[in-house]
Amino acid sequence: MTEPQEVENHAVVRQLRAWDPQAIEEALLFRGELTLVIPRAHLHRAAEFLRGEPELAFTYLCDVTGVDRFPIEPRFEVNYHLVSMARRERLRLKVRADGANPVVETVTPVWPTANWHEREVFDLFGVRFDGHPDLRRILLPENWEGHPLRKDYPVEGYR
Amino acid sequence: MTTTVHTATGDAETMVLNMGPQHPSTHGVLRVLLELDGETVVKAQPDIGYLHTGIEKSCEAKTYTQAITLTDRIDYLAPLSNNLCYCLAVEKLLGLELPKRAQYIRVLLTELTRIASHLVWLGTHAIDLGAMSMFLYCFREREEILKIFEMVSGQRMMTSYFRIGGLALEPPPAWLDRVERFVQMFPGRIREYEDLLTQNRIWLGRTQGVGVISAEDAIAYGLSGPSLRGSGVAYDIRRTFPYSSYDEFEFDVCTQSAGDCYARYLVRVAEMRESLKIIRQAMQKIPPEGPIRSEAPGIVPPSREEMKTSIEGLIYHFKIFTEGFAAPPGEVQAAVESPRGELAVYVASDGSPKPWRVKFRTPSFVNLQALPKLCEGRLIADVVACIGTIDIVLGEIDR
Repeated sequence: MTEPQEVENHAVVRQLRAWDPQAIEEALLFRGELTLVIPRAHLHRAAEFLRGEPELAFTYLCDVTGVDRFPIEPRFEVNYHLVSMARRERLRLKVRADGANPVVETVTPVWPTANWHEREVFDLFGVRFDGHPDLRRILLPENWEGHPLRKDYPVEGYR
Repeated sequence: MTTTVHTATGDAETMVLNMGPQHPSTHGVLRVLLELDGETVVKAQPDIGYLHTGIEKSCEAKTYTQAITLTDRIDYLAPLSNNLCYCLAVEKLLGLELPKRAQYIRVLLTELTRIASHLVWLGTHAIDLGAMSMFLYCFREREEILKIFEMVSGQRMMTSYFRIGGLALEPPPAWLDRVERFVQMFPGRIREYEDLLTQNRIWLGRTQGVGVISAEDAIAYGLSGPSLRGSGVAYDIRRTFPYSSYDEFEFDVCTQSAGDCYARYLVRVAEMRESLKIIRQAMQKIPPEGPIRSEAPGIVPPSREEMKTSIEGLIYHFKIFTEGFAAPPGEVQAAVESPRGELAVYVASDGSPKPWRVKFRTPSFVNLQALPKLCEGRLIADVVACIGTIDIVLGEIDR
C-alpha cells in the first residue's frame, strides 16, 4: 500500500475532492491502480462528472464486477472499471451495498454498455440496479432460483 | 411480443422467429430472437447463457495455478490470450517481474494466437456469406499454427502454456525454425485471401454499408478490438496500456473509418500482417538461452533437479503443489488485447492460496450487446453478417 499523501496528490482524487468533498469515502493505490470507494448515493453524479469533465474524460466503461464479501458487511461490492482513452488512464470505482437488500443506482444513462454488465451482476449476485431499463437474468434461465456467485451458494452439488 | 406494422397493403403483425441456439451461423449456442416485418428485422434480442459453466465460480475453488486450465476454455479460439491475461493479473497481484525471454516468447505465441483466431473468423465469416472455399484455406493455415503450439506445449488448443511467473516448459530447440517456415509461407496466403474477397463484388455487396456503427456509439457500447477500430477509434491495449514488453515492438494500430462489416474485415486482415511483423521482431529478440520463469521461491516451482537434490527445493515443491502460494490481499485488473478486443481479468485476493473472486471481462460479451444496433432495420441476411463481423465466441460470452 502507498503513502496517503501519494494518493491524495493523484490528479483524479484532487479533482473529485475539489468538485465534491463527500464524493470519495476511501482512496487506495495498489500495484499502480487507483481505487475510489464512493458512497452509494453519490454514484450517478460522480459517474457523470468522471465521464463529462474534460480533464478526466472517463468515457469508456470497461467492466462492472460484483464481489461478495460474506460475512463482512456491507456484503456486496460493485466495482466499475473505467478507462480514459485520451489520457491513457484506468480507474476503479467501488460502491458497497448491504447484504439484506442490495440496491445500487444504474449507470446505464451514463455508459449504455453497463446494461448487460448490471444484468450479469443482478443474475449472479442478486444486486438490484435502480432505474435499469431491463433488469432480468442474462446467463441463467429466467426461472432459476438463487444467485450462484454468492459465497453461500455451493460450487457443486445440491443446495 | 409482436407489434403492429403499417404496410402499404394494410396493417400486419410482426413475426417472431427464433435464430438458434442451434444454428450454423451463430458461431456457437447463441439464440437471437428476431422480430420480423417480412424480411426486415424490427427487433433483434440476443439470448445468452447456453454455454454458462460457472468458470468464475470454479476459479474460487481452485488455487491460482489450477485456475489457469479453466482460463483456456473461456475464449477457446485464442486460449493463450486468456492464459496471458490471467497470468498477468496474478503476477501483478504478486508483484512478480518476468525475465525478458519469457516475455518475448509470450508475445510471439500470443501473436500466433491472434493470427489463428482471425483465420477462424475469416473462414467462418466468409462461409456464412457464401464464400465457401475460404473456410478450407483458412483452416489449412491454422493447422500450421496449431502444430507449432503442439510442438511447444504438447497441446494444440488448450495449451495452459503460460504460468504464474513465466512459461510451463522450455520450448524445444527447433521451434523457431517452424515459426520461420510459417512466417515465410503466410504473407502469400494473405494475398490469396485478399484476391478472393477484397475486391469481390458479392463480398462488397454483402459487407459494405452493413452493420454500421459510429465511433461515439461504439465507445458508448463499450466495443473494443477490431469492432471499435473499424469505426475509427485507435484504441489498442498493446499500444495504450502496454503489457508483457509490447512497448519494445514496432507495429501499427490498424483502423478504418467506415464502421461497417467491410471496414472490420479490412482491419482484421491488416492485423494479421501486423502480427507477422511482431512475430518476426520477437524471433530476433528471443535470446537462445535464459530463464523462462521468474526467481520467486515459494511461488514459482523449483526446477526438477533442484527439487530432487535440495531440501528447500523439495519443501517448496511440496508446498506449492499441495497448498498453493498465498497472494497478498488486494485486487488488481490486467487487460490485454485479445483478437476480439479488450480482455480484462479482475482478481480479488483475501490472502489465501485461492482467489476470492476472478472476473473475466470478455470482449464478446460486451460486443454482442451492440448486435441490435447493428442489424435492426436491416434484412435478415444481414443479421448473419453482423453476428460474424463482431467475431463472437460463446465460451467467452457465457463463461
